[in-house]
Amino acid sequence: MATQPIDRFATRLAPETQAAVYNGTKIGHEKRTKMLFDHYADPNQLRRLAGEIKQHVVENLDTYLPAVEARLQANGVKVHWAATAESACNAVLEIMQARGATKMVKAKTMVSEEIELGEFLEARGIEALETDLGEFIVQIDHDHPSHIVKPIIHKNRRQIATSFEQHGLGAYNEEPTVITARARQWMRPKYLGADVALTGANFVSVESGRLVLVTNEGNSRFCLAATKCHIALVGIEKLLPRDRDLALLLNLLGRSGTAQQLTVYTEFITGPKAAGQPDGPEEMHVIFVDNGRTDVLASSCRDILRCIRCGACLNVCPVYRQASGHAYRSVYPGPVGAVLSPLLMGERFPEKADLAKASSLCGACNEVCPVNIPIPDLLLRLRDKAKTEHVHSPGTPPMGAWAILATQPAAWKAALFGGKLIDYLPTKLLPIPPLRAWENTRTIPSWRGGEFRKWLKRRRRKQT
Amino acid sequence: MLNSERPPLTGKRVQLMATCLCDAFHDDVAVATVQVLEHLGCAVDFPEAQTCCGQPAFNGGDWPASRKVLRHTVRTFAGSDPVIVPSGSCAAMLFHGAELEFEHEADLPAVAALGRRTWELADYIVNGLKVSAWPGRYPARVAFHRSCHTRGTLSGESVRTLLKSVAGLELVEFGEGEQCCGFGGTFSVAFPHISSAMGDLKLDFIRASKPDVLASADMSCLMHLGGLAAREGAPIKTVHFVQILRDALVNGGLLAA
Repeated sequence: MATQPIDRFATRLAPETQAAVYNGTKIGHEKRTKMLFDHYADPNQLRRLAGEIKQHVVENLDTYLPAVEARLQANGVKVHWAATAESACNAVLEIMQARGATKMVKAKTMVSEEIELGEFLEARGIEALETDLGEFIVQIDHDHPSHIVKPIIHKNRRQIATSFEQHGLGAYNEEPTVITARARQWMRPKYLGADVALTGANFVSVESGRLVLVTNEGNSRFCLAATKCHIALVGIEKLLPRDRDLALLLNLLGRSGTAQQLTVYTEFITGPKAAGQPDGPEEMHVIFVDNGRTDVLASSCRDILRCIRCGACLNVCPVYRQASGHAYRSVYPGPVGAVLSPLLMGERFPEKADLAKASSLCGACNEVCPVNIPIPDLLLRLRDKAKTEHVHSPGTPPMGAWAILATQPAAWKAALFGGKLIDYLPTKLLPIPPLRAWENTRTIPSWRGGEFRKWLKRRRRKQT
Repeated sequence: MLNSERPPLTGKRVQLMATCLCDAFHDDVAVATVQVLEHLGCAVDFPEAQTCCGQPAFNGGDWPASRKVLRHTVRTFAGSDPVIVPSGSCAAMLFHGAELEFEHEADLPAVAALGRRTWELADYIVNGLKVSAWPGRYPARVAFHRSCHTRGTLSGESVRTLLKSVAGLELVEFGEGEQCCGFGGTFSVAFPHISSAMGDLKLDFIRASKPDVLASADMSCLMHLGGLAAREGAPIKTVHFVQILRDALVNGGLLAA
């Protein structure tokens, strides 16, 4: 029987990969929960407040975006606007070409994955080195990240040691300290030889124009220390109204994403190197990327733009834990990706409409989201959208006949009382796909249709 | 998800929504619901025209079909008495899902009004009727699976409160209690592999706590988990919590068997 693509992917997933994903996400979720509830009397109140702040931003982008542009320019930053992935890539290329630059060091940014910047630059002879260890391993393996925060959650240390060996980073050794030291050694001269640094931004304060970057490896600091030009790729939804909002959002981001009170490095960048400052990039560019976000803003799912990319919803999601991030065929996997990725497709929404079905609607994602996004509600809206737009959906039983039955009490009762037939049929031979899918792994309880109604009737007769 | 705008309760007349699963497979749960509510002094009305809450099509993405069924449900449960549902899932459909799918419909007020007077059974007993101790006896180790559609509501805690108060009953904890069992309605047939894997994981945790019975506020989860366990040749006894409450009354001589 035809099942959903994500279910088929999970069926073929190597047990080793599934175990790595399950263990990584389970530990991440449990630490996150402990960290939040140990430190705050009511973390849920904080999640709701953070959600309101981000929703306010999303609802007021039309005024906040020009305001932050003015603030950034006053800080000496050059601001660019990219409506599409292509224009964002071109903006990066033009900045580099104007400086005669050919070598880039990159800190981790999901937007660069989204616009496929690495492939774009490589095709034009530009070396763009990933300096986040996880992203570096993805890069040398020609793989894709499978998690927003932990890009190689699907790999274990043996697989990493093997790829290091294959790429000339020393003989096989699976000690994490050795792997890390080798990567560090290999990257150090690359930082020094690079022309430009590319980062994302976790938040941008409209009030001050401050860019906030969080990392745990310090690699973004190296990127910015060694190069003369800083390019930041920023999704248009990354704004916060005031600097003080960072107190709440940074505390929630570290705890939700990596179970840390704060990430190891938190950088606040207010502009290029000023006269009198000893070092730092002389030139700073911010490229605001739309790439479908204004379409999301116009949709019934705009709440998803609150997302701060912490990955907590991936960690808690039972479907993600079984299927892994690659099952989602998208840069953004898991519950947030199941909403965002189809919407970012624009007119090609049907290609990823199935992602919204990959959920039991258990609501765990909403319960952990630091900005309280009602992800299950948004998944349901996308299912309605897919049906309205006639997107084919394998495995889902048609509902027309059921609706007719369930609106006609007499027919309903007849079906209830008549349904006893099911006990006498060899259900394994039934040509009804949903029933077969159920029966393959689960028994069906005996049919007791109408028994309760008979009981009620008998009792009423006795009472009168 | 919390149903917070409920009108105050005035009497003890209630309407019972038995749910389509109990209507078709689990009649004893509906019977136990009537017996328990009557034990609490409620006058239980069962509107005969009831069918389903509309959730299968709502979750399946066929909102027009779901709205048809829900409109029928609104007509069937006319009046102002509380509607009591022995299912966290169907109750949440009425007070949360319905509002979502009727957001842009002219009859949203009628749908929302039904939602406001809808109660999941345990929530009604503990927070509506203010009963938090249950009489009788039920000598067993009970594992309670908190079904996902009671997230954000008072139902999960209400069931725990009631079960813990029953003499002889030992509530046993198990790992990953916050995780879904893998049922998810149409999800269980459209994603059979993931759904079964989730259920197996849940069963492993439950079995490790060595319960005599597995209880829940939702028969759908239990049908899935019980069906998986039976197919694997290691059946597990599943009961709705209201069957435990009813059996406790019978064991304590407070209700005729």
